[in-house]
Parts: sequence; structure tokens; C-alpha cells
Amino acid sequence: MVLKLAWRNIWRNKRRTGITLAMTIFAVVLSTLMMSIKEGVYENMISSTAGDFSGYAQVHSNGYWEDKSLDLAFELTDSLEQKITNTNNVEGFMPRVDGFALAAVDNVSKGSMVIGIDVEKEKTFHGLDKRVSEGTYLTANDDAIMIGDGLASHLKLTINDTLVLLGAGYHGMSAVGKYPIKAIVKFGSPELSKQLVFMPMKAAGMFFATDQLITTIVLKTKNSNNGINAANSLTQKLNEKYEVMNWKQMNPELVTMIEADKSEGYVFMFILYMVIGFGIFGTMLMMLAERKREFGVLVAVGMKRIKLSIMVWVEILTVSILGAILGLLAAFPVCYYFFTNPIQYGEEITEMAEEYGMEAVLRASLAPHLFLEQALIIAIIASVIAIYPFIKLQRINAVKEMRS
Amino acid sequence: MSVIETSHLTKIYDEGPVAVRAVDDVSIQITEGEFTAVVGPSGSGKTTLLNIIGGLDRPSSGSVKVADVELGDMNEDQLIKFRLENIGFVFQSYNLIPVLTAKENTEFIMLLQGVSEKERDTRVLQLLDEVGIGEQANKRPSEMSGGQQQRVAVARALASRPKFVLADEPTANLDSKSAENLLDLMLQLNKEENVTFIFSTHDQRVIDRARRVITLEDGKILSDESR
Ligand SMILES: Nc1ncnc2c1ncn2[C@@H]1O[C@H](COP(=O)(O)OP(=O)(O)OP(=O)(O)O)[C@@H](O)[C@H]1O
Ligand SMILES: [Mg+2]
Repeated sequence: MVLKLAWRNIWRNKRRTGITLAMTIFAVVLSTLMMSIKEGVYENMISSTAGDFSGYAQVHSNGYWEDKSLDLAFELTDSLEQKITNTNNVEGFMPRVDGFALAAVDNVSKGSMVIGIDVEKEKTFHGLDKRVSEGTYLTANDDAIMIGDGLASHLKLTINDTLVLLGAGYHGMSAVGKYPIKAIVKFGSPELSKQLVFMPMKAAGMFFATDQLITTIVLKTKNSNNGINAANSLTQKLNEKYEVMNWKQMNPELVTMIEADKSEGYVFMFILYMVIGFGIFGTMLMMLAERKREFGVLVAVGMKRIKLSIMVWVEILTVSILGAILGLLAAFPVCYYFFTNPIQYGEEITEMAEEYGMEAVLRASLAPHLFLEQALIIAIIASVIAIYPFIKLQRINAVKEMRS
Repeated sequence: MSVIETSHLTKIYDEGPVAVRAVDDVSIQITEGEFTAVVGPSGSGKTTLLNIIGGLDRPSSGSVKVADVELGDMNEDQLIKFRLENIGFVFQSYNLIPVLTAKENTEFIMLLQGVSEKERDTRVLQLLDEVGIGEQANKRPSEMSGGQQQRVAVARALASRPKFVLADEPTANLDSKSAENLLDLMLQLNKEENVTFIFSTHDQRVIDRARRVITLEDGKILSDESR
């Protein structure tokens, strides 16, 4: 009966309920959309800085990330391979040999990152072959290289030209070689594009004298969260000879940046919800004042105060939760639209974004936690607001209310 | 045998600049089946007296005994329960719950008491017919006239078969025809259901129908006549 009364009371003053609903919907839509776009930007940043090329998690010899020394190269044993492939969330892995060399042609030279790759795995796990803009993708037995388009234009090279690489190899051996350029690959990030030199694993083993050894195993995971989970569970399995790092550990600046931006968003959201919360509180006070007599009569004829309190509490909570649901229903299609039709940045920002290695689009995120958070916040605010009438009605004096 | 007994009942309001003796040393006895009017000019203490008898308000001194129970010994929750089980209230206005129909309003108190649905239905239909609202059973208060609303209020007050009904100026917002009709109805129910009625009023035509008239002035009993 209390529920029936509450439900009817909600629809009794349609305008007041409408205003409360509208305020809630407005707040939910606005903050969901904001958080969704922010989250989308983060996802974009994370996938372009970390995900695409370096993966969300990597395995190295312990201490490698500090030193980046080829001397810490290790063997990819069967048991290691098995431990990796048997880890939850790991969809595959890419072994690499990462080293540095001077790329020289005629009198021009440029420092570069030489990466020995398993050509097949790089193709299946992140579509490296699709980045080829000129020439053809490497095969495992090639004694040739692919270079980033930035490096190519810097050194004024094109396919079939020859590039000399000079560097230090395993245990101080000198690494020298002359390689034909088989393909030019495009990278959004100019930073990467100006430095990358890819070499099949076999050729890299010869060049760096690392033979079968590798320096890095990139784990392929579906998304950033899975990367963190995979790194965690793999750490448990591997001994202290190895270090397993997730993308957060490998990109601390990115994490700090996202955290800072997120707290800005929370501050905005807090202010928005404070304003809305006081609005709802105001309409609730009006409602209490209007219904004073009615409450007085109810208590006078024998309704327990606790029932009265529960009735009003249910009224407030129902309207707010209804508002939250409607708000989410309204927000979802908008977010979905910006998810499937990302906003293209203007030219200026495009350049800036590319400098950070990001895709130049603003795409909303559809991560479920974004929507759940909003619903939860509304429920909490409504419960807090509903405390007031709850307590107030516990102390109601029927005679006084009916005299007024 | 008296169902209600007050002795030296006094209520003093001293919140304002001067203390008001709203009820001043009132001792009355009311026996079962009475049809009693409490009359007096505005501010004479009618409402205050009824509220104290009904357990809505507490006296400053003196005592009220209802059906041999001392109201002063009860706490707030016990008083609510006492009201629910023993008293039917009719107020001057805003009696009904706006979101409930006439039928739902009438059965409201029985619902609070936990009376079974079957029992509620028979009782409510019978009462609504008696008060002449059978046709309007599914209307909400806003769709009924003032007189009709008060009839529903009387039906609600009686629905749970209380020991007595307290009505504070039940006719104040009604035109004289409706007021007389309501009074006739109350008289009829007083006989048929043998319920004790105490009501306050300053409407002479209403006073004429009462069988006992207690007149108050400045909180004191000026006269107490049975006829
Ligand atoms: N809560 C209160 N605080 C202060 N004074 C009060 C309060 N309730 C009643 N009074 C005073 O007590 C006196 C009696 O009031 P009461 O309402 O009982 O009179 P009444 O006979 O019902 O009047 P009316 O015919 O106008 O309804 C009045 O002087 C009134 O101002
Ligand atoms: Mg009065």
C-alpha cells in the first residue's frame, strides 16, 4: 500500500515530477557524454601510444627497461613460450630484438631504432603489412629492411636504395651491415616514423650477433585492461630472471596526464551534480510544505511515521532513479553516435595529435562502467536528499501540521 | 458506563507573549452511544479539547481515560496505535488522501489495521451506500463536492468500527443543506452502528440536532445540557 501511495503521489503533481526528471536527465546526459568522450580520448591515446606498436604488456630480462642493453637478450625457450600462451587474456605474442644503430647514406646519418621482428606474427597481430606504403612486406628469410616514411624522407631514400647501419651488438661486438630497402612503412607518430628500421628476426640475429636471442616479447591482448591483467598473472608465473611490464609502467607520463585530466572531469561533474542536487532538494522542500496537512492527517488517523517516511523516501528515490534511467537511455544513443561517427579534428589539431602519435579523431567510449557510475551517483544523491524528509517526518506533529 | 472520562483537564500554551489557557479545568464524562456537540466561540478551546481526548495532543495537567486506559501513560507510538484502533477522526478539511479514490480512502484505515481484503470490501461497499456515495466509489476527492468528501470522511472514520468518532467542525466548509444532510447521516449511523459521536461546531442548525451540548468559553465549561 505504501508503494501504491508513493507511485500515485509521484504522478499527482506532474509538473514537479517533470522538473525533477528533466533536471536529472540533463545532468546524467551531460556528464555521461562528457565522461564518455574523455574516456574515448584516453582510449585513443593509450592505444596509439602504447597499444598499437608496443603492446599493452611486455616481457624482458629483468632490468632491461632501465638499461635497454642488448646484453640482456634472452632465449625464448619452449617453457617460456608455453607459460605465455597459457596466460589468460593473452591472444598471442611477438618476439623482438630492439637495438640502436646509426643509419647512414652518403654523408647524411640519423640515429634509428632497429627492430628485429617475426614477420608473420607482426602481420597477424597488428597488421604491420598494412602499413606498407611502398614496396612489399618482408619475408622471414629476407636480408633486407623496411624503414619508416619519416626516416625515408629525411635520408631521401626510396625502395631498392641501400642503407648502411652502424651500431653496437651483443656484448660489445660491432654491428655493421648494408641492407636494401624493401618497403617504406607509414606510422602516425612522427617520432616513430623518423626512427624505425625493421629487419626479419634472422637478419637481426646476424646483425646484432644475438643469434637466436631476443630482448622483448610483446604480448597481444584485446585491450589495455586485459594487458594489465595478463601482466599481473604472468608475473606470478615467471621467475625473477624476467620482468613483465604493463603499459602503465612503460608510459608513466601518459598515466599522469590521464589522471590529471580525469580529476578535472570529476570536479566538473561534482559541481554539476551539486547544482542539480540542490535543485532537486528545493523541489522536495516545496513538496513537503505543500503536503504538510496531508501528512498531519495521515499520522492523526493512525499511520505510523515510519511508513510515512518510507513512502516519501520511495517517492524521491523512484523519481531520481527513473530520471537516471531515462538520462542513460537518452545519453546512450548520443554516445553511440559519436562512437560510430567520431568527430574529425581540425587541421591544426590533427598535426598536434599526430605528433603525440594519436589518431586525429574524437571518439566517444561506450565502456559500461561510465554509464553505471552515473546511475550510482544519482542513486547516492537521491538517497542523501531523501534522508532529510525521512528524519523530518519521523518528528512530525499532527496537531501542528493541521493547524497551519 | 463512561467511555471517556476527563478530570481537571488543562492545556496551557505559553509559546506566545501571553500564556493561553486553551482548556481550563475541564472534567466531563461521556457514555457509550452519545451524540454530543462541543460548542463555543472561536478560540474557546474546542479543537484543543477534542485533540486531547483523541490522543493527538497532551494536556498540561489533568488526565484523560478512554475505555479505562490512561492516555498519559502512553508514548507516541502507542498513541498512534491507540488512535488507529479506537478512534475515527473527521476533520474540518483536507480529510481525504488526494491520490486515493473514495473507496480506497474508506478502506485506508482498515488497510493500516491489516484487515483482510474480503472483509474490507464488504464493509466499504456497505458504508459507501449508507453515506450515499456508492456511485462515486471510484472518484478521487478532487472530483467530488465538499459535502461528498465529508461523507467519505465519515465513512472512513467508521469503517474500522472505532469505539467513538471525533469530528472537529465537520460541517464548517459545507453549505447549510449539505451540513444538515451530513448531520442526519451521522445521527443515523450513531443509531445503527451504536457509535459514540463527539463533534465540535458553531453552526446553530447542527447544534439543534445534538442530544447533549457542552458549551465552552475561554477553555472552561460554561454549560452542559442533555435533552
Ligand atoms: N499550538 C498552539 N500554540 C499556541 N496557541 C494555541 C495553539 N493551539 C491553540 N492555541 C490557542 O488556544 C486557544 C484555543 O484554540 P482552539 O483551536 O482549541 O479553539 P477553537 O475553539 O477550536 O477555535 P475555532 O472555533 O476557531 O476552531 C486559542 O486562543 C488558540 O489561539
Ligand atoms: Mg477549532
